[in-house]
Amino acid sequence: MALTVSRPKLNWPERLYLPAILSGMAITIKHFKNMLLGRTKVTMQYPEEKWDNHMPEHYRGAPALVRDETGRIRCVACQLCEFICPPRAIKIIPGEISATDRFAKVEKFPQEFDIDMIRCIYCGMCEEVCPEQAIYLRKDYAITGYTREEMVHDKEKLLKIGGVMHGLVLKWNEKK
Amino acid sequence: MDYFFLTISFVKIVALLAVVLGIMNYTVYAERRISALIQDRLGPNRVGPAGLFQPIADAAKFLLKEDFTPAHVNKFYYWLAPCLAMIPAITTLAVVPFGSTLFGVPMVIADINVGVLFVFAIASLGVYGIVIAGWSSNSKYPFLGGVRSSSQMISYELSLGLAVIPVFLLVGQLRLSEVVRYQIEHGWMIAPFLGDWTNLHKWLLAIPMFISFIVFTIAIFAETNRLPFDLPEAETELVGGYHTEYGSMKFGLFFLGEYVAMITGSAIIVTLFLGGWQFPGIPDGSHGWGWGLLNIVVFFAKVATLLFVFIWVRWTLPRFRYDQLMRLGWVFFFEIALVNIFIAAIILAYFPA
Repeated sequence: MALTVSRPKLNWPERLYLPAILSGMAITIKHFKNMLLGRTKVTMQYPEEKWDNHMPEHYRGAPALVRDETGRIRCVACQLCEFICPPRAIKIIPGEISATDRFAKVEKFPQEFDIDMIRCIYCGMCEEVCPEQAIYLRKDYAITGYTREEMVHDKEKLLKIGGVMHGLVLKWNEKK
Repeated sequence: MDYFFLTISFVKIVALLAVVLGIMNYTVYAERRISALIQDRLGPNRVGPAGLFQPIADAAKFLLKEDFTPAHVNKFYYWLAPCLAMIPAITTLAVVPFGSTLFGVPMVIADINVGVLFVFAIASLGVYGIVIAGWSSNSKYPFLGGVRSSSQMISYELSLGLAVIPVFLLVGQLRLSEVVRYQIEHGWMIAPFLGDWTNLHKWLLAIPMFISFIVFTIAIFAETNRLPFDLPEAETELVGGYHTEYGSMKFGLFFLGEYVAMITGSAIIVTLFLGGWQFPGIPDGSHGWGWGLLNIVVFFAKVATLLFVFIWVRWTLPRFRYDQLMRLGWVFFFEIALVNIFIAAIILAYFPA
């Protein structure tokens, strides 16, 4: 059955369309005027203005390794993040901490810790799974490079992004 | 042959072409900026101060692109069409008086006595560029665009021609510089009562003149394929319409031809209805070359204002459906323009000045 759509009956100034056209033009010129006088502010001029100050607390940017208060890399190379990483972006080669070291009881440290930022999907599972709270998703989002090699973040780069994290885990403190 | 005349004409042609092509480039820029501002965006603002060098970058891009000809097209007509789109639009400008006089030289390239007939004759050749482009591309969408364009242009040329008849009933001449001179003496066509408020004849005349102005302007919108009449292009329906198969500078010529047609159309509206280069209080070029230059500036300022209206309308109104377009052209504008001629004739015959 054909459906009959009821059309509104227009009176003659409406059928002339000119009043509607003029009111439409009034609306667009209002937008034009407000933009011209800078009353409307919508666009963010990207490289000059950035999202940095508007980033929400829960933003998931580039993953990074952190050091604790004593300067030790928090990561103990347990490789949980490597196993959970859905796109397999993380590669860890664990090393052994020598018996004479201050943190000898930690036993392992990451000799190499690479995150391939081409593969990373910013899911945050590494952060969630880490028992040491050693890996965090920071707010860096503009990860760029000219080659694939440049896009692999090695340990130094990750630590540089991560910086120092205070508090939280204190179980490797020698006083305990 | 008079060498002085030849030299002066050559200088005028080169100068006018340079000015018009410059305006055209910046109309493209203005279109992009104004459309952006209307839509609460910013538009191109990176190339040079406030994006003012954007047209140069665009032109460089067009020229550096590969000039590609598809294998399935009719080569001769495919190459001919972009030229045909550009040439009529520029040629029309020859008869438009764009200034009073400069050093005693009238600022019009060819002040011919058939003025507006020449404009219509040449402007209607513009449809060939589009139709040939649509046909020679040998592809569905351009073909539909070309067919639409031919019927649209033919339909609206009628109302275009009929709309100016009241003006010539009043002026009694087709020469465009005479139309301007009449408007200087008797007030602009759009508002003949200005400065002569008690004259009933002029108040009555304002009615058919205003209707003429509206019909003529809308017909010019249709002739230049501007929204709300851009059915030959209709990006959302026909990909790109008649120029779908074109690339690089050949597309550029279509694109720029459309803008030159806009400028020409505005120039003719200004000449016929808005007083040409005259502005109240500004004397003509016989009082010194400074005033002569100012007359030219006034003319192009009026053209620029109309171009702004063109852009403003484009970014406000939606496109007509094809049957609505035809109905509007044949049922409304044709009749309105026809009746308008009678109104003007009756006023001229029974309410003399």
